[in-house]
Amino acid sequence: MKFISVFVKYRALIDQLVIRDIKTKYRRSILGLFWTVLNPLLMMAVLSIVFSYFFSRYGNIDNFPVYLLCGQVIFNFFNESTTIAMGSIIHSGELIKKVYVPKYLFPVSKVMSSGVNLLASMIALVIVMVVTRARVTPTVLLAVFPLAYVMLFSVGASLFLSAVAVSFRDLLHLYGVMTTAWMYLTPVIYPMEILENAPRWVVFIVNLNPLTAFVKIFRCVVLEGVTAPAILHIQSLVWCGIALAVGAFVFRKSQDKFILKI
Amino acid sequence: MKIENAIEVRDVSMCFNLSREKVDSIKEYIIKALKRQLFYEEFWALNDVSFEIKKGDSVGLVGMNGSGKSTMLKIIAGVLRPTKGTVETTGTIAPMIELGAGFDHDLTARENIFLNGALIGYSQEMLEERFDDIISFAGLERFVDVPIKNFSSGMLARLGFSIATIVDADILIIDEILSVGDYQFQNKCKKRIREMMDRNTTVLFVSHSIEQVKEICKKAIWIDRGHVRMMGEAGEVCDAYEDPGNNG
Repeated sequence: MKFISVFVKYRALIDQLVIRDIKTKYRRSILGLFWTVLNPLLMMAVLSIVFSYFFSRYGNIDNFPVYLLCGQVIFNFFNESTTIAMGSIIHSGELIKKVYVPKYLFPVSKVMSSGVNLLASMIALVIVMVVTRARVTPTVLLAVFPLAYVMLFSVGASLFLSAVAVSFRDLLHLYGVMTTAWMYLTPVIYPMEILENAPRWVVFIVNLNPLTAFVKIFRCVVLEGVTAPAILHIQSLVWCGIALAVGAFVFRKSQDKFILKI
Repeated sequence: MKIENAIEVRDVSMCFNLSREKVDSIKEYIIKALKRQLFYEEFWALNDVSFEIKKGDSVGLVGMNGSGKSTMLKIIAGVLRPTKGTVETTGTIAPMIELGAGFDHDLTARENIFLNGALIGYSQEMLEERFDDIISFAGLERFVDVPIKNFSSGMLARLGFSIATIVDADILIIDEILSVGDYQFQNKCKKRIREMMDRNTTVLFVSHSIEQVKEICKKAIWIDRGHVRMMGEAGEVCDAYEDPGNNG
């Protein structure tokens, strides 16, 4: 209960931190907020030109641009939010030393700022679906589930990363390598069929990967117009639970020591 | 906790780990780790400090550099958690340990008022209502929509002070902030602090300027190397502190 009342009390602060992030990110750029839509569109255009050629021998993927953008939206949100949130405690050092604020607000607000970008990239997805004349079915509404999963998972991961990064700064440099590997182990760009000849352990990791589950559910409801198998939802919920539990535990354990290390 | 008290500090000790020496090689690191030869040296910034401050009191903390004054303030403000002991406070605290700690330099004065206000815990409606008061006290009417990276340090301090004191807090914590700004603004600040004191705000004040402590505070606590050396009327404590025979 205390957690909830604290959260309500600092609701305004979260809003302000998110507004601050967005304002400072696009200040002085000519297109401003428009970049949040334009960026995923341009990235998708580049990748789909390159890779639709490479993957054509695995049979035609229906509507490759939408297939790709679905994966990108999910993965990029996770990548961006956790990368920014990881440094949030370290960068708020001056503040944490001088004012008492619940410290988890910093990583959580960073995930929410990225969430605004995620919503904007939904606009990009709609644009691509309209342009490619994709079939739109009512299942599209179920897209809130995979989006909620990836947000919860990112919050958990961000709590963990931001707390660990305070005493283990090398993580800031290492994490970029880790997310690159993670991207190749998630079917963002490639079709699942490409894994037919891959070693079994690779297939195992790809299927265990929480982001794979989120992306698969997302593609089911948006691209294929069917509901996703229950097992994917169970897998997603279990991963979210693990991430939140581990993240909250590690963060709580180490938060009193932050001020001595930043 | 007694009802008449605003702050109760009980047996507070604070320990910091100082890095003792640099370890240059992995070999050295392993040897030291195996021998459990701490890479750290303990430093007790505060040792069994206890005191009570009554509601509406104004108390100055005096002491040499490094005596533990700021550490004490940070513990009372809730920023640091003491290694041992407890601190209890009643009501809202306006910590002015460094003015404008939460400012974002790319944002304008207007945007920073809402950000900084939210950090202190003010509601957005209240900030909108009192916006003009905040700006006019800080004397920044012409610069409302200028990014504060273009502000002088005096302007930043004025803005910070103005936001922090726009509503009466139950406890006001002031650390060395009256040394910024010109004498005109300093007088304005002192006036506002006095007004808040008249309305029963408890003030905890740290300054190296003994004159300011005597001027503003009724009582004083002298902290010497992490211990409370003397407590009492501001005049007496300050005189004892300034007596060269007592320091050495």
